[in-house]
Amino acid sequence: MEPAIVGLGIHPFGRHPNLSGRQMAVKAVHDALASAGIQWSDVQFAFGGSVDGDQPDTLVSDLGLTGLQFVNVSNGCATGGSALSLAITMIESGTYDLGIVIGFDKHPAGAFNAKPSDYGIGDWYGETGLMLTTQFFATKIQRYLHDHNMDKAILAKVAEKAFRNGALNENAWRRKPLSFDEIENAPMISDPLTQYMFCSPGEGAVALVVARGDKARQYTDRPVFMKSVSNVTRRFGSFEVFSPWLSPERGSVPTTDAAKRAFELAGVSPSEIQVAQIQDTESGAEIMHMAETGLCEHGEQAAMINAGETEITGRLPINTDGGCLANGEPIGASGLRQIYENALQLRGDAGARQVPNDPQVGFTHVYGAPGISACTVMSR
Amino acid sequence: MNGTPIDDTLFTWPDESPQLIGARCTNCGTVTFPQQSSCPKCAGTELSRHLLAREGVIWSWTIQGFRPKEPYIGPAEFTPYGVAYVDLGDVIVEGRLTEGDPSKLAIGMPVELEIVPFETEQAGTNWLTYAFSPTGPAPDQGGVA
Ligand SMILES: [Zn+2]
Repeated sequence: MEPAIVGLGIHPFGRHPNLSGRQMAVKAVHDALASAGIQWSDVQFAFGGSVDGDQPDTLVSDLGLTGLQFVNVSNGCATGGSALSLAITMIESGTYDLGIVIGFDKHPAGAFNAKPSDYGIGDWYGETGLMLTTQFFATKIQRYLHDHNMDKAILAKVAEKAFRNGALNENAWRRKPLSFDEIENAPMISDPLTQYMFCSPGEGAVALVVARGDKARQYTDRPVFMKSVSNVTRRFGSFEVFSPWLSPERGSVPTTDAAKRAFELAGVSPSEIQVAQIQDTESGAEIMHMAETGLCEHGEQAAMINAGETEITGRLPINTDGGCLANGEPIGASGLRQIYENALQLRGDAGARQVPNDPQVGFTHVYGAPGISACTVMSR
Repeated sequence: MNGTPIDDTLFTWPDESPQLIGARCTNCGTVTFPQQSSCPKCAGTELSRHLLAREGVIWSWTIQGFRPKEPYIGPAEFTPYGVAYVDLGDVIVEGRLTEGDPSKLAIGMPVELEIVPFETEQAGTNWLTYAFSPTGPAPDQGGVA
């Protein structure tokens, strides 16, 4: 029996000037423990991720000095996915029965600024204004729209859905629906993407209690099982963030590799997925990742989106909680937010944004610099 | 043109016909830019200096619409600039464009390498960097550019 998520905790995403990252993390942990009906002293191990918050393992001074194993994880936008995959492996190995995964962050306002030397690139790359994630996403979707002969109007449609879903989510940052025109006519950040098509670095925390599958019902009557987790780095020929050069030879992308592995390990096909949370760093990313994950064919996205198939009430609901666009991206917490949302959806606890008809199988996908991806398949 | 390359490993200078300096893997032929000492495709460690073509076509592009944070050192007063991946045949290279008007840019447009001054706020600096400059319309634009 697969490991299960048996406890869920979240601190609302957004901007919280009077709270530290660790205060948000502690709140999320306490909620997760309460929902599993356990104490911190019951937790045997923890994985934590945060980029601009405090060092995760120092949370023990607030949570309790119980002597548990606590490992910090740092993997860019895939930090949450990586932390979760390590926790699942820990349970599967039989080392422990009950653990917790914690992700939190508190980023300064504005686009992320990375240091070239951290990525093995010369200082000139940052100094001359080429080291921006926004440029990468813009050039990638620009090429994608061209290759698949897609109208760029689809970008505003994706953002419109994100804010509509976010309005139904009490933990989202952006809870005001925006019209197609407001999104399309907003200031251009990086052609063809306007301000409302990008997610912003933000704040928030998520904690998930993970248990052995055969013991899951001790903690909750509605466990959600992790049928698979995968975690990969890029291979030659993929187009990644912070690349001064690319090979003219195009190869498989990390998202495709990670998704394929997750589906294979789970023994589930993409057509069986009833709810999906996929990395939407900007609206083009949702479009490209829909096909890279195998949830649809390349070039099919515009027709699907225009037909409402990715809406909460559609055939394949995507980013039902508003995704990164409506929640912002506190890096450490972002991937775990997807697991949290899928768990709510599969338990039937998603309230106003509940996917109808009792979904049984969900999928999550994160993607991050410098070309990593983590995916999961989850079931009731 | 007077000035100092912002990084002396990027392009040949001074040179009447400057070229970007890459590296070519002697085992598999992969071309990198800038030079690398090992090959990301075959993990080979024998790479030789390889000068890149001066002309290519835009593979993809965007406009940088806001002033980047540090480590960017451009002028405080910001002017949006174009950024492109340019297909030079054996490698696709990222660089700034001399054109910053989105209506004048398209995938497939021919461009050539130029060495241009890179303005900063630092007094007394006279940096040079590389950029690509459009030389004609994209094939599917029918000469309207
Ligand atoms: Zn090689």
